[in-house]
Amino acid sequence: MSSLSATIQDVFNEPGCGKNANKSEAERKKGCTKQLQPGGAAGGCAFDGAKIALQPLTDVAHLVHGPIACEGNSWDNRGAKSSGSNLWRTGFTTDINETDVVFGGEKRLFKSIREIIEKYDPPAIFVYQTCVPAMIGDDIDAVCKAAREKFNKPVIPINSPGFVGPKNLGNKLAGEALLQHVIGTEEPEYTTPYDLNIIGEYNLSGELWQVKPLLDELGIRIMACISGDGKYKEVASSHRAKAAMMVCSKAMINVARKMEERYGIPFFEGSFYGIEDSSDSLREIARMLIERGAPAELMDRTEALIAREEAKAWAAIAKYKPRFEGKKVLLITGGVKSWSVVAALQEAGLELVGTSVKKSTKEDKERIKELMGQDAHMIEDMTPREMYKMLKDARADIMLSGGRSQFIALKASMPWLDINQERHHAYMGYVGMVKLVEEIDKALYNPVWAQVRKPAPWETAGENWQSRAMAQAEAEAAALAADPVKAEEARRAKKICNCKSVELGVIEDAILANNLSTVEGVREKTNASGGCGACAVRIEEILAQMVSASHAIAAE
Amino acid sequence: MANVSVSKKACSVNPLKMSQPIGGALAFMGLRGAMPLLHGSQGCTSFGLVLFTRHFKEAIPMQTTAMSEVATVLGGYDNVEQAVLNIYNRTKPEIIGICSTGVTETKGDDVDGYIKLIREKNAAVAHLPIVYVSTPDFKDAFQDGWEKTVTRIVETMVEAPKSAARRDPTKINVLPGCHLTPGDLDELRTIIEDFGLEPTFLPDLAGSLDGHIPDDFTPTTIGGVGVEEISMMGQAGWTIAIGAQMRQAAEAMQKKTGVPFRLFERLCGLEANDALMSFLTDISGRPAPMKYRRQRGQLVDAMLDGHFHIGGRKLAVGAEPDLLNEIGGLLTEMGAQLLVAVTTTQSPVLERLPTEEVLIGDLEDLENLAKAKDCDLMVTHSHGRQAASRLKIPFFRMGIPMFDRLGGGHQLMVGYRGGRDLIFDISNLLMADHEDNHEPTPDSWRDGVGPSHAATSH
Ligand code: SF4
Repeated sequence: MSSLSATIQDVFNEPGCGKNANKSEAERKKGCTKQLQPGGAAGGCAFDGAKIALQPLTDVAHLVHGPIACEGNSWDNRGAKSSGSNLWRTGFTTDINETDVVFGGEKRLFKSIREIIEKYDPPAIFVYQTCVPAMIGDDIDAVCKAAREKFNKPVIPINSPGFVGPKNLGNKLAGEALLQHVIGTEEPEYTTPYDLNIIGEYNLSGELWQVKPLLDELGIRIMACISGDGKYKEVASSHRAKAAMMVCSKAMINVARKMEERYGIPFFEGSFYGIEDSSDSLREIARMLIERGAPAELMDRTEALIAREEAKAWAAIAKYKPRFEGKKVLLITGGVKSWSVVAALQEAGLELVGTSVKKSTKEDKERIKELMGQDAHMIEDMTPREMYKMLKDARADIMLSGGRSQFIALKASMPWLDINQERHHAYMGYVGMVKLVEEIDKALYNPVWAQVRKPAPWETAGENWQSRAMAQAEAEAAALAADPVKAEEARRAKKICNCKSVELGVIEDAILANNLSTVEGVREKTNASGGCGACAVRIEEILAQMVSASHAIAAE
Repeated sequence: MANVSVSKKACSVNPLKMSQPIGGALAFMGLRGAMPLLHGSQGCTSFGLVLFTRHFKEAIPMQTTAMSEVATVLGGYDNVEQAVLNIYNRTKPEIIGICSTGVTETKGDDVDGYIKLIREKNAAVAHLPIVYVSTPDFKDAFQDGWEKTVTRIVETMVEAPKSAARRDPTKINVLPGCHLTPGDLDELRTIIEDFGLEPTFLPDLAGSLDGHIPDDFTPTTIGGVGVEEISMMGQAGWTIAIGAQMRQAAEAMQKKTGVPFRLFERLCGLEANDALMSFLTDISGRPAPMKYRRQRGQLVDAMLDGHFHIGGRKLAVGAEPDLLNEIGGLLTEMGAQLLVAVTTTQSPVLERLPTEEVLIGDLEDLENLAKAKDCDLMVTHSHGRQAASRLKIPFFRMGIPMFDRLGGGHQLMVGYRGGRDLIFDISNLLMADHEDNHEPTPDSWRDGVGPSHAATSH
């Protein structure tokens, strides 16, 4: 366990993480695990995160050491795609029982590894630690080591029991396991000046394949994709790549940075969502490869390809303009990089009426303002009721979001499109953006909406459940409008820090009473932003607002 | 007489089984205004939530005590208290149902003690119904979690009638196993009501997870059986329990309230429904309505038409014991052979299955055995899809989770009508498979191979 906590400390010390770099030494030590609120919401556990990050390695046997809950309730629930082996879709678990809990599960784990090798003979086995065996003290490192020696095959421990933290911590721990046990352990058959690693891409719905043909055309070889459609040997020899592109910084920045440190592989953070982002990423890849020895003509070919693909994509999207005239979109994505699709949607003639910025950084927000105008409707944290109302009031014609909020749109009888992890379509690269626009068109113009909005024959006007829900919301709003005291109360009751459950009023009072001007100060006095730190941006905004308000008063 | 064995493998491959606590949580979801709460780390709840959302295609209420590593070592009192208070303040539930997990059972949290203390310390929740069930992940399976939870609800929430005179013979308690879908419950309700009886279902997933559209955004369950109604179940004339898993709950009901029970181990197929009809006739004193006489004829007709396709099929079924009994029983009665039966947990019903061997195992076992015995129809939940496609045999989805097809919640199995629909669905699947993959070609005739499966067609 002690080595695990050291690893956790280590990933929190990640200097590549912008959020971390701004924290004090002591703050960094505390890490960014959010203390979850019992009876509050629930996200995935660290084990979940580790498995999500690594399972797209397709030829590896992923063995979950623990009771049936961890694997039995969850296997085969991700839409990553493989171009080769399908072994990753096989659920392996030790399914430990009461006896194992009493006497320890190490023997069962060892036997399980042997059975997998005998039956499936994969190039490697990843062993995931979960809560119960961690509690009873099963030493999976030792078991893996013994198995490695006995069977002469990589058996890699992934120390990520769920209770050490949330999903994103698990992503990082998975990355650490790769760094420690996999990357650099084998040599590639050959290398070229065009060898690229892609890090933090999971190939959901086969998205990577929307981009791969472009790289192929340029002669750029994906040496290893970590981990979408990845193969063990590729990842093991990925330390010989010339450059790397990091697709999701949240998940695997530690891998990208440490590979730069250890093997001198420079990386950049890029995205293939959105047309301009795709072009930027291709340019950056070419630039870095040239810097590391590829011939300079690569850039000319890249520019030519970009010009061709962009023209094709914009032309395809422009066709939708007349159909999208006056149509409004609500974008709820958790806020990571939502601006990268905003441009494409605007090009198609859609009006963005709101976008969530819950997880966005300051720069992300600036980008959104740039694209959508100063009064961009940025949504911090919308309650289901508010989303529903927005759709019902036809302030939006369609909602794009992850699966979690789909029912709100559907129950409001409004079009909805999945743009998160469980989506069925791939939206990456130039073709992906066109596909997204196509899908929006399909959803908006589906005749089903007119059908499902028709009241039942026995319903009198205004008597259906939808109007009742609306009336209720309106009554609440009216009550607030009529009563300034209550309205102020409601305003002050807004939760700013979800982890520590701190309300706006408390923060404002603390700022006024103590003349605070920094997030640290607010944290000290109110405990806000003492958890995951995501609300630091919000607190900064409150501070800025109060300062400008007090200036205004002073000027009068 | 089937011989029941347990897989000897150390490593479970492609689990058929799901964990006990989420079975318990699902039972709580059949109560109105309920919030199921798993006492464990957050991942356990999150996985259950995703599983149910993908199956029912509905928003699912479920909460976690969010045990961290430290809390797990120190004990979970604070987390349980905070969770209960947070849920109470935010969602105003009518009942909170707590299931333990492997994480908290390993430490051995005394949750019943916690609840007592929480009530003493917090007046607001002093009278809020809170039911706790012990459901460690490292024991038993989904069905057991359901079974224990319903039993516990009966033990703690049903009130014993003050006098025998308060009994109402038209009131019927129904205790359905977790193998019944919301669609099945609706069908049963109609049947029972058609005899002039008034059923109370515990749990009632038809009221909460049948895909209807709510009036409002409630974070708790939106339908199901209410706390009040449960407390009055002791005044019913009879209890009908469905599936061997519900015996314990029915017995608990009888012990506490004196309400006699009748257990139907099966409600799929002709004989099973004949038994139900005569029972309802007996207790209501009414003859079976015309409607059911017609439906019986339709089922018989469907059996005659369907037996051409189902007869002689070599069947591989992977399901929890009661579902295995229902579907294995029906198809055997239609002339199929239940050659491979894989299940998740012990049950008295297993020995009575119409097959020689029953294995408590996983989907790898199901796949290997189906291959070895050359089976030509596989029935299990959605996770069997890869195995069936590798074996290239028709695949019929039944049970939870059914994430890659729509309508799992409305799949009908009980009643004459349910049997009829099921026979048609399976026969159609087999016919389509025959057309697509087994039509003879000049080549196959020349080689003397012929259609490659054993269905006695025409
Ligand atoms: S929290 Fe722990 S026990 Fe629960 S699913 Fe995650 S790893 Fe498994």
